[in-house]
Amino acid sequence: MAKPKVATTSLCGCFGCHMSLLDIDDRILKLVELVDFDRSPINDIKKIEGQVDIGLIEGGCCNEENLAVLHEFRKHCKILISVGDCATNGGIPAMRNMVPLGECYEEAFLNGPTVVNPTGRIPDDPEIPLLLDKVYPCHEAVKIDYHLPGCPPSADTLWAALVALLEGREPELPYELLKYD
Amino acid sequence: MSANLQEAIGPVCESFGHDRTRLLDILLAVQQRLGGIDDRAIDAVAAELAIPRVDVAGVVSFYTFLAPKTRGQLVIRLCNDLPDLMMGAEEVAAGLEAELGIRFGETTPDGRFTLEWASCIGMSDQAPAALFGDVVVPRLTPGTARRLVAELRQQPPGADLHRLLVRAYGDGANAHDLVRAAVENNLRQAGEVIFAQAEPDAGLSKALAMSPAEVIREVKTARLRGRGGAGFPTGMKWEFVRAADGPQRYLICNADEGEPGTFKDRVILTERPDLLFEGMTIAGYAIGAEHGILYLRGEYAYLRAYLEHVLARRREKGLLGKSVLGKPGFNFDIRIQMGAGAYICGEETALISSCEGLRGDPKNRPPFPAQRGYLGHPTSVNNVETLCCVPRIIQRGSGWFASIGSRRSTGTKCLSISGDCTRRGVYELPLGTTLRDVLARCGGEDAVAVQVGGPSGRLVGPEAFDREICFDDLATGGSLVVFGPGRDPLWVASQYMAFFIHESCGYCTPCRVGNVLLKERVDRILAGRGEPEDLDYLRALATTVKTASRCGLGQTSPNPVLSVLDNFRPACEARLKEPFEGRQTGFDIAAKLAEAQRLTGRKSVHFDA
Repeated sequence: MAKPKVATTSLCGCFGCHMSLLDIDDRILKLVELVDFDRSPINDIKKIEGQVDIGLIEGGCCNEENLAVLHEFRKHCKILISVGDCATNGGIPAMRNMVPLGECYEEAFLNGPTVVNPTGRIPDDPEIPLLLDKVYPCHEAVKIDYHLPGCPPSADTLWAALVALLEGREPELPYELLKYD
Repeated sequence: MSANLQEAIGPVCESFGHDRTRLLDILLAVQQRLGGIDDRAIDAVAAELAIPRVDVAGVVSFYTFLAPKTRGQLVIRLCNDLPDLMMGAEEVAAGLEAELGIRFGETTPDGRFTLEWASCIGMSDQAPAALFGDVVVPRLTPGTARRLVAELRQQPPGADLHRLLVRAYGDGANAHDLVRAAVENNLRQAGEVIFAQAEPDAGLSKALAMSPAEVIREVKTARLRGRGGAGFPTGMKWEFVRAADGPQRYLICNADEGEPGTFKDRVILTERPDLLFEGMTIAGYAIGAEHGILYLRGEYAYLRAYLEHVLARRREKGLLGKSVLGKPGFNFDIRIQMGAGAYICGEETALISSCEGLRGDPKNRPPFPAQRGYLGHPTSVNNVETLCCVPRIIQRGSGWFASIGSRRSTGTKCLSISGDCTRRGVYELPLGTTLRDVLARCGGEDAVAVQVGGPSGRLVGPEAFDREICFDDLATGGSLVVFGPGRDPLWVASQYMAFFIHESCGYCTPCRVGNVLLKERVDRILAGRGEPEDLDYLRALATTVKTASRCGLGQTSPNPVLSVLDNFRPACEARLKEPFEGRQTGFDIAAKLAEAQRLTGRKSVHFDA
């Protein structure tokens, strides 16, 4: 029987949740035995190739590319998990939601102290994804099956959740894995 | 305060006896003198009347015709109601903008012209129409609009523009010396009650020979119901007012006629003012009022001098004033209260607020106006057409009146018909006439939809054309807008929602916010981005707005949306896109990318937005 497939991505996040995933240390060897990886920064595959059993999303949605990737994951993943506070709540990037979008663009491309922009215009290069009006948590854009809070969720949390799902159990995380003070 | 300002404002306040309840009149007069009401004028009026500044500023900011900022010497208000848009108002607007070099909402640099949009100005049968100051200019084309403005520019400041604006007078009393308007009556069908020839003031003479209770009984037996749209039994309302305690009672005639697409009261006011004042006098007698107020919408200011003249003539003849027609103890007179461009003032409690010199905010009910209305006194508010029925009922008898129309909806109804039909205008027909019959008369047989009763009424399709115009089936205050082949019911709903957003007073959240959300979702479906869940969302939100709003505006404003859902569902469903499995419906990607697209000047590479 083929091994279950896992895909991961970081949208508007800092890769901290992916670092936390690597923090499972030697258990990563066990993970590789348990699953195959589809699209993920870990193997640098850029597009999901087939049906995926579990998708892990780090980060919220701040631009059109984030949304497109999120849609790709939702279409291909049986179970989709929001990992970390940015995916579940918008997190630090959502602090820009208090600032009008025009001011965000101006600070980034026109008026910021380190900006060098001789054109004096906001760039229209299609390589630079259009920003959404606000930063959104993933579940506002697509249906999300599980939320793993934490900034980042600890390696043990990620491990416990993954193993449970791979074994076909509902993940029931003990209090110690979900408290952050 | 500068001496000049005080010189201008002092006498105006004096002429209204420094009466705070006449604030609206005072501000209209001040504006007339100064050309606008700026902050200093607000200060001066507040000081002169010794009332808080915020009371004055609140009134100024509420009414469209009062300008908190200084406008141009001539404000051009182009009507953007649906019949006007269907007849090319947007092209006329483009012509005006090109000629004046400004956009709508702006004033020319020389301070002479301001362009503004107006909600329905009561000229739907001769659309597109605009108000140039107080002067109505109907049947505009982009060419005539441009020519007119070009000629106006040539005039020296302060010149009399009326001659330029009105090239030919309309029919009937529109050509009267005190009206001199280009407006046409377009009275297509005179019925037996309002527009029939009748002996003047025969009803009043007969009523004064009866007791007030007998007059009310006669009106009740005729089963007269309010013509404004709600259809409340008039006799019962009068009984409540008569029975209420108070040293004074008031009668108010609602001539605000703000329901878009309605203009029959304009024709009644033009051609049957005596019948109306006769009816008001009888009503005053019946309820025991000494004071009547005619609340005339600001858009009909061109009729004011004429109506004042009619009132003066009636006073001379003893039909108003002390001991009317020699009846000892019955004193009754009428004053005209001008409105200032606020749809909500057609709602009776808002209308009363407006008469009291306040912002036209609706009041909580109870107490109902019949108990505590104008200045706290028992008040009856009746529609123009309702009051015009009264003299005829008294004169010819309740049996005669009840024999016209259907059993529960007696008498005739004046209909204002506009839109995609060949014979637009006013039709006085017996209540109970089918919509199909009406469409045949006005040349609108190929209609795909008809809006019955204005934006707050309902939009019906051909399957409803055999239904009857009456209070218990298709109720209407008089407005019928016909939509021919090719018109889109969803577009109609979207336009009407824009109207309600503009006219909401903003007091309560369901109406202020809900109408905006309803329009957003309708527009999304119009743009082809709707999803199946949107229809449920619209229904749920519409129900909330209807249930939770404070006054009649919000309680009826979702009707265009509900009508489309009920009567044109296939047209909606045909445009919906099924979202892929797992996508959250209601997450409108196009809307969320719009701002970035505008800022960067490029389209999304991922989404069709």
